[in-house]
Amino acid sequence: MRVGVVTFPGSLDDGDARRAVRLGGAEDIALWHNDPDLRRVDAVVLPGGFSYGDYLRCGAIARFSPVMQSVVAGAKAGLPVLGICNGFQILCEAHLLPGALVRNAHLHFRNRDQLVRVESTASAWTSQYTPGQELLLPVKNGEGRYVADVATLDELEASGRVVARYIRGNPNGSQRDIAAIRNEAGNVVGIMPHPEHAVEALTGPSTDGLGLFTSVLAHLSAAGAMT
Amino acid sequence: MSQEYAVARVVVDVMLKPEILDPAGQAVANALPRLGIAGVDSVRIGKRIEIEFADDADPQQAREIADKLLANPVIEDFTVRVEDGPA
Repeated sequence: MRVGVVTFPGSLDDGDARRAVRLGGAEDIALWHNDPDLRRVDAVVLPGGFSYGDYLRCGAIARFSPVMQSVVAGAKAGLPVLGICNGFQILCEAHLLPGALVRNAHLHFRNRDQLVRVESTASAWTSQYTPGQELLLPVKNGEGRYVADVATLDELEASGRVVARYIRGNPNGSQRDIAAIRNEAGNVVGIMPHPEHAVEALTGPSTDGLGLFTSVLAHLSAAGAMT
Repeated sequence: MSQEYAVARVVVDVMLKPEILDPAGQAVANALPRLGIAGVDSVRIGKRIEIEFADDADPQQAREIADKLLANPVIEDFTVRVEDGPA
């Protein structure tokens, strides 16, 4: 399986994301913001960082990059896409996920290990978890507060599209403690904490993040077996 | 004699929607008493973007730029106006 990781100007976590892809058991493929070629990948990760300097709004300019035109088209056709932190912001700006991520309510950049609870395993990226499972993942963001109108929030809740929620403290003021959501089909997931930084005991607070990268492989194997 | 030219400038103002919390604006409002200023209920911070067109100011195109890029309609409202520049 080939999992692509996009590097935008200002991406920071593309190296860790590619490492997490490898530890998850897939081949990591470098994708470039200015190249629409997805190089026959089976899934795409949009990593954390400050794409295009976060100018205007986080993710606003990255959305119009050549690679994103291919990612959006692929996502609509079922390609699994995971957006982490800045990647989550890009997915919202690209309208692949509803809502937006804005300045933390307390105005502070938050950098800490954070517990989240898995709320939905019905996505391409979370099938290897159990509902209610608690994960310890690093958060590091200044603009991680998830907001959407009440109707959208209710719809996300009712359709089981809240993928993970902050527990024992909300690091940024996200509405309804939302840490991760998915699209209707379940192939697109945006998550604000960093699973790619929690894949090895040596460098992470846990190895709880690895499940996202193994889940997508299970999803792709199951999809391959059906065709 | 001055050479005549028109500044083809369109100004776009982008503001967070009223229902979206603006913690930066609140921080400014909270600092006002330190200036000895009382009686301010609320401060909200937005962006002003000036777009200069090569030819005539094109508010229609500016509106498209604002809608697609400058503002995120999920969280922000915008207004577009042609600025009367010095001739």
